[in-house]
Amino acid sequence: MLMTTSDPTFDADEARRARNRRIEAVARWAVPLAVVIATVFIWHWWSNSTPQRGMIFPEPLKVWHRFIKDNAMLFGSLMVTLRITFLALAIAIIGGVALAILFTQSRLAELIFFPYAVILQVTPIVSIAPLIFIYVQDPLARVLICAWIVAFFPILSNTTLGLKSTDSNLRDLYDIYGATWWQKLLFLKLPSASPYFLGGLQIAGGLALIGAIVAEYVAGISGSGSGLAFRILEASYRLNYPRMFAALLMIASVGVIIFAATSFLSWFFLRKWHESALRRET
Amino acid sequence: MTELSKRPIPPLGQRPRLLEMSDISKVFNGTVTALNGMNLTLNEGDFLSLLGPSGCGKSTALRLIAGLMRPTTGRITWNGKHDRGDIGVVFQEPTLMPWATVAKNVWLPFRLRGQSFASVQERIANALKLVGLEKFHDAYPRELSGGMKMRVSIARAFVTNPRLILMDEPFAALDEITRQKLNDDLLALQSKIGCTVIFVTHSVFESVFLSDRIVVMAARPGRVVQELTVDAPYPRDIAFRTSADYAAHTQVVSEALRRAIGDHADDHL
Ligand SMILES: Nc1ncnc2c1ncn2[C@@H]1O[C@H](COP(=O)(O)OP(=O)(O)O)[C@@H](O)[C@H]1O
Ligand SMILES: [Mg+2]
Repeated sequence: MLMTTSDPTFDADEARRARNRRIEAVARWAVPLAVVIATVFIWHWWSNSTPQRGMIFPEPLKVWHRFIKDNAMLFGSLMVTLRITFLALAIAIIGGVALAILFTQSRLAELIFFPYAVILQVTPIVSIAPLIFIYVQDPLARVLICAWIVAFFPILSNTTLGLKSTDSNLRDLYDIYGATWWQKLLFLKLPSASPYFLGGLQIAGGLALIGAIVAEYVAGISGSGSGLAFRILEASYRLNYPRMFAALLMIASVGVIIFAATSFLSWFFLRKWHESALRRET
Repeated sequence: MTELSKRPIPPLGQRPRLLEMSDISKVFNGTVTALNGMNLTLNEGDFLSLLGPSGCGKSTALRLIAGLMRPTTGRITWNGKHDRGDIGVVFQEPTLMPWATVAKNVWLPFRLRGQSFASVQERIANALKLVGLEKFHDAYPRELSGGMKMRVSIARAFVTNPRLILMDEPFAALDEITRQKLNDDLLALQSKIGCTVIFVTHSVFESVFLSDRIVVMAARPGRVVQELTVDAPYPRDIAFRTSADYAAHTQVVSEALRRAIGDHADDHL
């Protein structure tokens, strides 16, 4: 019989699994990092491959220099976009959760409002935005409304689903102990809806950013906004391609950060008890 | 008071009445007769098992007693100063809140009465000790085995020291060894506190081991077909489980159950 490990309690199968775990631990960071670095190199090579190409497809270094040079302006725009995104997200959370609670409380309210929620959701925001811009004059409010419309639905539908899926035995138990409406909501329904809500938040966070950007685009150069999307449009009119790239990369970074932040929130609140946040050895 | 108090249990026949179900019927959707003319008297200190095939209305009877629904006809009357008063419930599933620790789960009945965790901390610790889970005070339900979760559920039902505990096939989903252990522990707990228990089961053995009264029910329509008493003294232990007395009782109860099902044997074909 041939044993490769000296430790008799650590058989070959276990050794292989331990090795896979070690590889996974490194690869989790190394692979995405390598992909990013490779992308930058290919980008650099591509934009330098012909002299003309560099004009419309600026190399990474040029984008970087532009980013440093326009730093103040770009960060000012970033703040505008962030403000709209987070305001829209906050209103979507408050409105979505409140409406979800109303829906589970009153079937009539659900029958009345749900069609509107669906219509708003399925109609592309680019087609609604021009209308909103006709009727809403305030430059912040119009963009905010667009971002809110996009971000609101996942919160509403996920939270409604979550509130409706509380364990029926637990509901009976609360009734037997004479729980009040508020107690049921705070101690039972909201906690059991929280994984659903956090899932919705993850989607809504990304959508709020998309909504904010799209609204700025539709508002166009004539709009009074000066968010990152506005900077991209403006730079494209001025043929300032490095700045377009710099603004674009900033938007992408914001999206990544929002995703990471909402993922973290989800993990943080569910880590102790919910299946989705538990690490399982395979 | 941090200790669960002990009520003395008088012998069968000398117990004050706790509740009376008279001529209770429950019809669902106007078509399904879950219970038909059920009469039942429950006395303080009874360990009463509702025994019957599935679908005979055992859970329905329990839900009526718990006040979760109203009977179609008939009345349930409670004796004593409480109308329904304190009751504890244990379902077939442990029914714990997964986001709360073991101690916070046991806190629930107090919390819903507006009592802070700090003010009942000792009683919670005490109840957990009684079910052998003092080490798992701060564990989350997912870290516990099925039997341990059920113990938490039992601790939660007992922690307020209620007069009546309702248990709906609480151990049906557990393995035989765990189930016997929990049966032993449940009896010890009940005798320590002296509360009344209604225990729903479809196991003849479980009902004979645990209870001093067995109500055999039949289905279609759900009704009481026979009432039996198990006069073996408490505490009951392994010795009782292997005794001739126990065997004799299970035979009588099995026979009663067989007749109950046999009444409508054609329904089961
Ligand atoms: N909420 C309900 N709606 C309609 N029918 C029900 C409901 N609850 C129970 N029943 C029916 O009533 C009968 C008795 O059910 P149940 O009390 O759960 O029986 P057991 O607990 O003895 O298995 C069954 O036929 C069941 O289908
Ligand atoms: Mg049942």
